[in-house]
Amino acid sequence: MLRLPRFELRAPETIDEVVAALEQPGARLVAGGTDILPNLKHRLDRPPVLVSLSRVAGLSKVEVDEKAGLLRIGARVTLNGLSEHPQVCERLPSLAKAAGLVASPLIRNMGTLGGNVNLDTRCRYVNQTSFWREAIGGGCLKSEGDVCHVVPSGRKCVAAMSSDCVPVLISLDARVVLVGPQGRRELLLEDYYQADGTRHTTRGDGELTTELVVPLPRGPRRSAYAKWTVRGSIDFPLVSVALRFELEEDRVSAPVREAHAVVGVLGARPRRITRLEDARGKALDDPALAALVAERVHAQCKPLENVPYEAPYRRQMLRVHARRAIAALVAEG
Amino acid sequence: MSSPSPAVLLSLRINGEPVQVAVQPHHTLLEVLRYQLDLIGTKQGCDKGDCGACTVQIDGEPQLSCLTLALHAEGRELTTVEGLAASRGGVHPLQDAFDRWDAAQCGFCTPGILMSAEALLRKHGEVTPAQVREALAGNLCRCTGYTKIIDAVVDASRRVVAEGDAKSAAEAAPRRRRAAE
Repeated sequence: MLRLPRFELRAPETIDEVVAALEQPGARLVAGGTDILPNLKHRLDRPPVLVSLSRVAGLSKVEVDEKAGLLRIGARVTLNGLSEHPQVCERLPSLAKAAGLVASPLIRNMGTLGGNVNLDTRCRYVNQTSFWREAIGGGCLKSEGDVCHVVPSGRKCVAAMSSDCVPVLISLDARVVLVGPQGRRELLLEDYYQADGTRHTTRGDGELTTELVVPLPRGPRRSAYAKWTVRGSIDFPLVSVALRFELEEDRVSAPVREAHAVVGVLGARPRRITRLEDARGKALDDPALAALVAERVHAQCKPLENVPYEAPYRRQMLRVHARRAIAALVAEG
Repeated sequence: MSSPSPAVLLSLRINGEPVQVAVQPHHTLLEVLRYQLDLIGTKQGCDKGDCGACTVQIDGEPQLSCLTLALHAEGRELTTVEGLAASRGGVHPLQDAFDRWDAAQCGFCTPGILMSAEALLRKHGEVTPAQVREALAGNLCRCTGYTKIIDAVVDASRRVVAEGDAKSAAEAAPRRRRAAE
């Protein structure tokens, strides 16, 4: 039996009231609860107040803005709602796929996109009971201790960004909207994350995520999300790769105009793969393209011993899953 | 140790009946069901969202009661395994199928699986084994190996659909007669 620590629960009805409630030091947000509640049961935090988003209206919409070429997704849209939304399935299939691969149907009925974007980083030495952490000598940088068990000399936490939607959203150039005491701000989701597992986003304590804004495709495109897990469901990814290819024409034998790849579950920050300009002009179904992308992914990503399975094996599998994801896109036509 | 927080009155409907209960803000729906309301059909397994033993339906959707704050159920319609049997006058076709197919062994995962499966049947009618596997992907069973569970759910779905067809045919019959007169 795992019990929650005591806290007070506030359930404001407007975004302004949420921002006001977050002024209390140590207050934390709860929406679906599927990330924060297990973490509180493991005593990774003891907030005096939880601010619930359950009564805040207007955060659960998915809206297409054709004029601006954008899809706006409210932070409280559930992961199942997102994965089954007809517009998302048709126009942003890699996002629908990633949302539909999170954990299990039960968790996707509860968990929200805002929660998935702000999912706390994970580590095999952190996401354990407090008894377990005590048994290895009193926790680590991210819990009660001051050492890192992954990088023994490290002073910065390397817990892994384990969200399924985040690599995909970054590959799609999504923007995140935050509201706080200083008002509303919008930034590229890619710039929202930082390489510190104890605080992996630039969200201020008083801010909440209200919306994700994703540009709609402007031409022929193929996109994919590859998630490698131990089991067929429930698990967090061991590695994950989001891919996006803009094509000259709407067929897989057409030359690639732009290639994007973003990798998750390395450290606290998702990694955008660079030097993919070399993919330009190659056909999507040209095996040399898949080999080039897989090689760049492998060369630029070095998984750590922060989640299950050995890091060198995960690194090899990154290359394999990048290649297989492109092969699947080609097979789909 | 912090002082106890004041209890808050929670009003909801459970298995069709209005219920009011004073709960602690840090208590989960699962704790309130089992330890305050004696609805012990819902099981407490891993308590952190991995196993699905605590699955209940909130407004008809299967969710995890171990990760639902009790106060988040305010005003909602909750169905537990106790309500599943009651809704069909004793035994739900899914429960009957689990019995006939020997789909329950130790039985600990069964209430959660029934709640996930009932939502699937209500949404899709007759289902395929692949649909059942996907719908039950969040419910772990350590005894059966799942085969009999999947068979039982597919069988129950056929019976529910056949029952529904027979019922609507019976309802339609007098109308047809009247039309002929």
